[in-house]
Amino acid sequence: MTSEWQSEPRPLLLNAIGLRKDYGHVRALDGVDFDLRPREIHALFGDNGAGKSTLIKIIAGAVQPDSGILEIDGREVTFSSPHDARAAGIETVYQDLALADPLNAAENVFLGRELCYPGILGRLGFVDRRAMHAMTAANLRDLGVNIPSLTVPVETFSGGQRQAVAVVRAAVWGQRFLIMDEPVAALGVQQTTHVLDLMQRTRDEKGLSVILISHNLTEVLRVADRVTVLRLGRRVGTIAAKDATATLLVGAMTGALNMLGEAATL
Amino acid sequence: MTAVRAATRWISSGVMSRARDLASLWIVVILLGMIVLFTILCPPDTFLSFANFRSITIDTSEILLLAAGQTLVLIAAGIDLSVGSLVIFCAVISAEVLGAFSGSASQGYPNVLLGVAVATGASLAAGAAWGFINGWATVTLKVPPFIVTLGTLWMALGLAQVISGGINVATVPPQLQDIFVFGGLLGIVPWPDVIAAIGVAILWIVLSRTRFGLRTYALGANAESLRRAGVNVSRHTILIYTIMGVLCGVVGIMDVARFSTASLSAHQLDNLNAIAAVVIGGTSLFGGRGHMSGTVVGAFIPAVLRNGFVILGVQPFWQNVVVGAFLILAVYIDQVRRGGVPVWRRKRSAKEGEQRA
Ligand SMILES: Nc1ncnc2c1ncn2[C@@H]1O[C@H](COP(=O)(O)OP(=O)(O)O)[C@@H](O)[C@H]1O
Ligand SMILES: [Mg+2]
Repeated sequence: MTSEWQSEPRPLLLNAIGLRKDYGHVRALDGVDFDLRPREIHALFGDNGAGKSTLIKIIAGAVQPDSGILEIDGREVTFSSPHDARAAGIETVYQDLALADPLNAAENVFLGRELCYPGILGRLGFVDRRAMHAMTAANLRDLGVNIPSLTVPVETFSGGQRQAVAVVRAAVWGQRFLIMDEPVAALGVQQTTHVLDLMQRTRDEKGLSVILISHNLTEVLRVADRVTVLRLGRRVGTIAAKDATATLLVGAMTGALNMLGEAATL
Repeated sequence: MTAVRAATRWISSGVMSRARDLASLWIVVILLGMIVLFTILCPPDTFLSFANFRSITIDTSEILLLAAGQTLVLIAAGIDLSVGSLVIFCAVISAEVLGAFSGSASQGYPNVLLGVAVATGASLAAGAAWGFINGWATVTLKVPPFIVTLGTLWMALGLAQVISGGINVATVPPQLQDIFVFGGLLGIVPWPDVIAAIGVAILWIVLSRTRFGLRTYALGANAESLRRAGVNVSRHTILIYTIMGVLCGVVGIMDVARFSTASLSAHQLDNLNAIAAVVIGGTSLFGGRGHMSGTVVGAFIPAVLRNGFVILGVQPFWQNVVVGAFLILAVYIDQVRRGGVPVWRRKRSAKEGEQRA
């Protein structure tokens, strides 16, 4: 741990210490530590029921931990709702995407935070479609996303395009980092590649960090900077993706290998 | 200058949402076809005449307002079955207030202006209160709106009967009818038409141009999308039912002014008529999809049919038969558009295959 602080002068974006969460008799999280650095993709890897979703729900403010501390930029915070987390610059892309199908891409990106005209029209709630359109187009360009049209309902999009809209929305509004729960689980090979590229561009072009939940080893090893493995509500360890192999991660996930101790932690 | 630029931007931004705002073509074609057919079949200067046009629009004005509100409700994936009873309740309140505030009947209701002002306020407030109750019960008690509004349908009707003692309320200054029905804007546009046009225009603009409208579509399509976007979904839902209630208040006072009486029986089918107009106009009962232009067309179809049949000497009851058939057809077409038919599905998924993320 000491070497980590020396080699990493920038403060941690997020530092979660000793998170614990019980659901009745089930201990979903049992004292889990997790941190996120600026400009990194940090993958959460683990079997079903390992506690990945519970961990990100706590970070996203959707679930409150029974004990443990959350620090953002070195300051302790309490998130009592998703609204608090969003106000802290944390955007979450859930598995179900939560897009409004009949609305177009720009309207989806700005849903709940619509751009209105200045002056009296704006005060009456008149939306400035053209401005929303332009901003969405600019963000799509920055992130290298191609969608057929900004003016057709997103229900006409493919799975990958819909995912892209959800990611772009998070990237537009996220000031600190994004959380993505299984973003490519439902996608084909080519669309997966596109979304993973998009995630990397979010990091490189927007300078945002990403917490990525994934089951898919290849994709984890391809895009992540670090990987944290959870097993039965505990953190097995955290390792730099370049040092990780599929065998190592699967071993850690299943408990067959126990080689990601503190020594292996970066 | 900025105002001009804002106005041009405003108009051009409408173009982008056109696909969603416009009625499906087939329903427009059907209405136009009916008009052409009746014009040909009816004796000259009967169907296609200013007087007849006037009578059709006056006949449609009330259902048009209710259907416009119901469009919002259905797009938000709700339903309001109580509208007819709310109209009756508001009409009874209006008539009672008119009787109480307009001065003595034997002196010819000298304070009619005061009466109209208070009655209008009371009618709108009563409608708003019922609408609020509908929305509140839906979001807080989590009872489906179908049941909530079925409940308030009986409650509002019952209370209207209690207040009126079960008989139509006729304490209405007769000069109201003279002004309202026989007068009009610039002397030619009847006031019911003016009010309906203003109401529909406002709701059309709200639905297609404002934050509120966008969120209404999102609410109906996927309430979770709106919740996750940080919008107070309960508040939005309550607001929609309250707007619907206010429209019932508008129709309540309009109806009293038009017929000089608050009828306890006239509006009992308004709920179904309004829903039929909205659905024929292409708005989906499943929420998230719909347009005000379709509702306008859908609201005129029954009135045009009835009117044409009367002139032709066909029993006007045939209107019910035809409208019922249209309703089924409209929902069938909606389902086809939603991808319920194999041919359509195949086309669409083939397209998806070509697209890349
Ligand atoms: N809302 C809940 N109620 C009860 N148990 C839950 C709830 N959410 C998660 N759990 C339990 O907590 C454990 C961790 O779940 P989860 O965080 O969803 O794991 P993962 O996302 O890694 O599959 C599981 O045993 C799960 O059954
Ligand atoms: Mg999970």
